[in-house]
Amino acid sequence: MKKNQNLIELRHIKKCYDGNTIVTEDFNLEIKKGEFVTFLGPSGCGKTTILRMIGGFELPTSGEILLNGEDISVLPPNKRPINTVFQKYALFPHLNVYDNVAFGLKLKKIPKREQDEKVRHALEIVDLEGFEKRSIQTLSGGQQQRIAIARAIVNEPELLLLDEPLSALDYKMRKEMQLELKNMHKKLGITFIFVTHDQEEALTMSDKIVVMADGEIQQVGTPEEIYNEPSNLFVADFIGESNIFKGRMMDKRKASFCGAVFDCVDDYEVGTIVDAVIRPEDIEITTSGRGQIQGKILSSDFKGTFYIVLVRSGKNEIEIHSLKNYQPDTVVELYIAPDLIHLIPYDSSINHYEGVITAYSEEKGVHVEFTDFGWDVKVEQIFPNGKLINKNGQPITIEGLKVEASFQPSIAQLSDDAQAGVVQGRIISFLYVGDHYRYTVRSKSEEDYVVDDEYLWNQEDFVSILIPKEKVTYRVWDGKNKKL
Amino acid sequence: MKKVFSLFWIYLVLLFLYAPILILTVYSFTDATMIGQIRGFSLHNYITLFTTPELLQMIFGTCLLALVVALLSTLLGTVGAIGAFYSKKSTRSVIELANQIPVVNADVVTGFSTCILMIAFFRIRKETYFPLVIGQTALCAPFVYLSVLPRLKQMDHQLYEAALDLGCTPSQALIKVILPQIVPGILSGFMTAITLSLDDYFIATYTKPATFDTISTYVVNATRGSQTEIKTALWALSAIIFVVVTLAVVGMNYSSEKSEGKNR
Amino acid sequence: MKKNVFSRRQLAVPYAIFLFLFVIIPLFVLIYFGFTDENGRISFANFLHFFGSGKTIGTLLYSIVIALCTTIFCLILAYPVAFFLAKGNFGRKQVWIMLFVLPMWINFTLRITALKEILTVLEGNLAYHPFFNTVLCMVYDFLPFMILPLYQALCKLDNSLIEAALDLGASEFQVFYKVVFPLSIPGIISGVTMVFLPSMTNYVVLDMVYNSTYIMGSLIGSYFSSYDWNNGSVISVILLLMICAVTLLSERFTKQEQIEKKSVLK
Repeated sequence: MKKNQNLIELRHIKKCYDGNTIVTEDFNLEIKKGEFVTFLGPSGCGKTTILRMIGGFELPTSGEILLNGEDISVLPPNKRPINTVFQKYALFPHLNVYDNVAFGLKLKKIPKREQDEKVRHALEIVDLEGFEKRSIQTLSGGQQQRIAIARAIVNEPELLLLDEPLSALDYKMRKEMQLELKNMHKKLGITFIFVTHDQEEALTMSDKIVVMADGEIQQVGTPEEIYNEPSNLFVADFIGESNIFKGRMMDKRKASFCGAVFDCVDDYEVGTIVDAVIRPEDIEITTSGRGQIQGKILSSDFKGTFYIVLVRSGKNEIEIHSLKNYQPDTVVELYIAPDLIHLIPYDSSINHYEGVITAYSEEKGVHVEFTDFGWDVKVEQIFPNGKLINKNGQPITIEGLKVEASFQPSIAQLSDDAQAGVVQGRIISFLYVGDHYRYTVRSKSEEDYVVDDEYLWNQEDFVSILIPKEKVTYRVWDGKNKKL
Repeated sequence: MKKVFSLFWIYLVLLFLYAPILILTVYSFTDATMIGQIRGFSLHNYITLFTTPELLQMIFGTCLLALVVALLSTLLGTVGAIGAFYSKKSTRSVIELANQIPVVNADVVTGFSTCILMIAFFRIRKETYFPLVIGQTALCAPFVYLSVLPRLKQMDHQLYEAALDLGCTPSQALIKVILPQIVPGILSGFMTAITLSLDDYFIATYTKPATFDTISTYVVNATRGSQTEIKTALWALSAIIFVVVTLAVVGMNYSSEKSEGKNR
Repeated sequence: MKKNVFSRRQLAVPYAIFLFLFVIIPLFVLIYFGFTDENGRISFANFLHFFGSGKTIGTLLYSIVIALCTTIFCLILAYPVAFFLAKGNFGRKQVWIMLFVLPMWINFTLRITALKEILTVLEGNLAYHPFFNTVLCMVYDFLPFMILPLYQALCKLDNSLIEAALDLGASEFQVFYKVVFPLSIPGIISGVTMVFLPSMTNYVVLDMVYNSTYIMGSLIGSYFSSYDWNNGSVISVILLLMICAVTLLSERFTKQEQIEKKSVLK
């Protein structure tokens, strides 16, 4: 066996419930022996489901799970050399500490002497020597947590799964357990998969973080990579604090945003629309004249080790973590070093929708039906020459033709009047982008719409989306470009 | 003032509930044939109760029937509750609906419908005791189901998964982990089944063999007759049942309080 | 793959079969007998007989009156008890409520015998006040079944709601009829269903206090003793329909409550 072999491989995992709710569609991941891997994502992103499939509590709808190269996808949990530390510990209340920890050993019919020895050793690892006879109810949350870990590791699994095991503990206890878990991982040398929604926890503990959202992997990397080089806006926003500005590449390694042109390290083709991500602690407030942009202090709040300073520059609001306090209304300059600007090219795959032409008439134009709505469009918008004939001069039937519509997030608007827009949905996420918010709205039929709006809405708000018909661009769908 | 009124009301209702039984209990220790007569202390009612073969048979028969019915109901109801709890929602709601029928149905209707199915339709003879036992079980099992199900709901659902994770087969997990968690529910279901069977009159009258009597059917027949000897012996029976029930309730309360104290 | 989901679900099978055989099927047999005559031919005569005869309709009305009186008196006695126990500051509530529930465990024929003996002394001849005696014995029999659900509903009622109402300036009486009472309605409904239906059918109570007027249950009893399955089934079907109606009604009520509660939480 090679040292760097993959312990677990997930290949094309698809999971749906009741045949229609899709948790994840095509999930691929490799985990090496001895790694401490964290699945990080907001609640409902599918991280726990993936973990449960590795543990065997749920079966993938399709795809395979390989353990040391062998397919274990349909093996029941009791046949897998994997143990789990459950979120609420799941200690058996009718058994005492010893019987809980020895539960797995007894099932394996391990001799009593050896059992005693192993239980004692496991309790030693979790620092609860001598607790054998205690009943579960007399233990504190932290102690129960440790017993749950002892119960899992006493079976010497190749892989330990931890499903948000620290979420029920208070802040101080959690910090302590984070360190202890990390030490335990080093001592035991087995692979840990840890699930959490707490980014700080993920950053402190892991060798490798898998950031997930909506059943998809957003980024896999070391904590440093995830923090410093987020691969998309979701990761940038979810991990740590960020300022995000809409911008454009002006020249080689020069991007314009926030009303100025900045030197940067990342490079994309001139003209590319980009989002610039800058961490609040990476912006320097100066008055020396070397700053790239000017602004006025809006507020400054003490946060213990630093001040959160809000600066307004033009229409943009910028958050800065500064060691110094500033008086409101002071005019300042801001300097951002080139290597601290992280550019992410605009994701051109958003807001693309497939529709079908269902009718055509002289007066009304072309009627296009999408998943969520349908409307009449002027012929010229879809067929630029305005003529419905093909190369040979024959009139073509356009009914049934598939078209692809797309629009920029900035042209649409949100409204709380359900009748105002063409489509309604709930806000599933949003980020602050310089001078406006970017909302992702999910309709009933699970289509996502990305809309820029300057007003603040909340997650879960039910909104309707106003899309100006004439600003939508269409393309007759030729069957290529399946990415819809 | 408010406290005085509330205490007054509470004691008034308690008096209403307990006075008849307590008075009867006192009179059961005399040889009076009617309440109100002033006679001396006597155990003669108790002697009659424990020496008349007819009465002894009736008491013993009722208890045996209750035990058989309760065991059967507990088995069916518990297994059914576990099965239903882990079934699909639609299956579970169908079972739940059927389970609810004997609970809300009038006992007369339950008794009559059992009788009509078994005796009028299938022509099973009452002397086999089959209609009686099945009829009472159909009444009691749903109550066992209802007292086990909340325990399953309360239980941390990850316990079962934890057991599998540690190497249990599904049936081992069920016996070693799930069953111990729902024992209190099973016990209280069993007790409910016992009392329901002891209390039942209607199912018994409609399905019992002609020669067999439960306490209820016997008492009702006795009120129609005019044997004072039997009537006063039944006072003694009431007194005994009252004491037994009180002791059982106090005991159960005490033990549950104790175990709860331990849990905390 | 199938092995993983083994056993737990299959455990429901025996119970489902049992329920089907001995709970569901009897109801169909009832309906079958209700709509056939003694020769097994389909007939509506039994129903027409029930609704066509003044005597049977009178029985129905009499049972409803008995049941109504019983329910109302139970409610009047039980509500204050449940309220004081749930919201007053009595120590060891468990013990108090046990005291009120304990009679439930004693065989009801024996309890009624006890009350009957007392009444005989007080009234001389029970036959002089058949209606009063019947209702009194029914109340005596069913009172614990009213107290328990009321007590449970009132215990569930969050004390902070009462405090909030007081805080907003409601007098104690206003607190009661604007907050406590509306929120205890599910308890009242479940108590009422537990008392109303049995008191329409429990004819043994009438037998024991020598009330010779029939209620719905007595009809079944008398058809049973004359082996008239068809007419007995008719009465059972009519009772079943009433039970269904009441259950559905109360369920709707409590469901609505739940929905309201959920929407408040959101």
